[in-house]
Amino acid sequence: MTETTSSERLPIALRTEALEQLLTERGLVDPAVMDKFIQMYETAVGPMNGAKVIAKAWTDPEYRARLLSDGTAAIAELGFKGSQGEHIVVIENTANTHNVVVCTLCSCYPWPVLGLPPSWYKDPAYRARIVREPRAVLAEMGLELPAETEIVVRDSSSEVRWLVLPERPDGTDDLSEEQLAELVTRDAMVGVAKVEAP
Amino acid sequence: MRTTGDLGGAEGWGQVKTPTADEPVFADRWESRAFALALLSMGRVSGRNLDAFRHAQQRLKRPEYFDDTYYGQWLHAAELMLVDSAILPPGAVEARARRLRGEDVEEPPVPEPNKPNYAPTGPGSLRSVDTPPRFAVGDAVRAKDMQPQGHTRLPHYLRGHRGVVDLVQPAAVLPDTHAHFLGENPQYVYTVRFDSRELWGADAEPFTLTGELYESYLEPVT
Repeated sequence: MTETTSSERLPIALRTEALEQLLTERGLVDPAVMDKFIQMYETAVGPMNGAKVIAKAWTDPEYRARLLSDGTAAIAELGFKGSQGEHIVVIENTANTHNVVVCTLCSCYPWPVLGLPPSWYKDPAYRARIVREPRAVLAEMGLELPAETEIVVRDSSSEVRWLVLPERPDGTDDLSEEQLAELVTRDAMVGVAKVEAP
Repeated sequence: MRTTGDLGGAEGWGQVKTPTADEPVFADRWESRAFALALLSMGRVSGRNLDAFRHAQQRLKRPEYFDDTYYGQWLHAAELMLVDSAILPPGAVEARARRLRGEDVEEPPVPEPNKPNYAPTGPGSLRSVDTPPRFAVGDAVRAKDMQPQGHTRLPHYLRGHRGVVDLVQPAAVLPDTHAHFLGENPQYVYTVRFDSRELWGADAEPFTLTGELYESYLEPVT
């Protein structure tokens, strides 16, 4: 990207390999440390963490109250913290109000509870349009909201990170906390979907 | 002026992508390597100055920002930071990439590093400040119509518009100076509520939008 001498753009995979080689040769980067980072975000940090938070909030009213008043601390109770989770605010979706989260400036996302963002969240179309015509965008994504539902779009323009507490679906009174966690999706915790009963 | 990645309200992007439940974290191996390289490079260069990394993203040209997907953008930004601090000479990655595919190109010599003089006063971005917040919940405010030359986290589409303070968030380092290694200048952050018609005109879909705005981005509305 700097001092490019020809108009041809090199394949990004090749560029990545080149940068890894250059930094590794000079001892600035250790490929084994890279492997650990990657493995952590592929296996340990992801929406299954957020799903546990939500299921606990659905089954434990005191936890729910703590989660809504100090999201970061209540989430840390379950062991989830770290990069991109310094200050997490949890906001509740109800029959009347529907929150949906975006980062128009880059792709800020609450990593400790949701992992790395999915492609639709990083996509320019979502970042550009959800702050301008959220009802239309949500409908395109498969979520038709009643006309009377108030939509609140949350643009993550600072280090504050938002996590949506979705509505617990009807007909799930008999499910355990673990079974409920399996119903909670990443998309519902960003606010582009609702949690469906099994 | 709208920077490349300041996309709120931008037109012409077409349909959004439909979410899929089983999308892998990384679509390809190189994405995972670029992700880890960018995170580690950030640390090498600047003691994890995330704002400087975001500023590098803001300075990318459109093809670098959009054409190699998200982690390509990360890789280009990491490269830019490494060249800024003379960890790598300009053209080093290009030359190595060409050698990797068998071309006989000379690699530029490794320069004397020139890392920014930077020591964060604490981990992360949250800081405590001695003064009380300038604004309170319920205050009418306007996002300043700023046109900064350097980094900012004030989205273009909010500038000049009126809103109401909804929440007072903890103080945090100011990206506008921090990204340039010009000091942390911590200040309160406010969740400000805007009406869609204030932002997009009378014909807009009715909805509420909130953004988190640093104290110096706001002015009182009297």
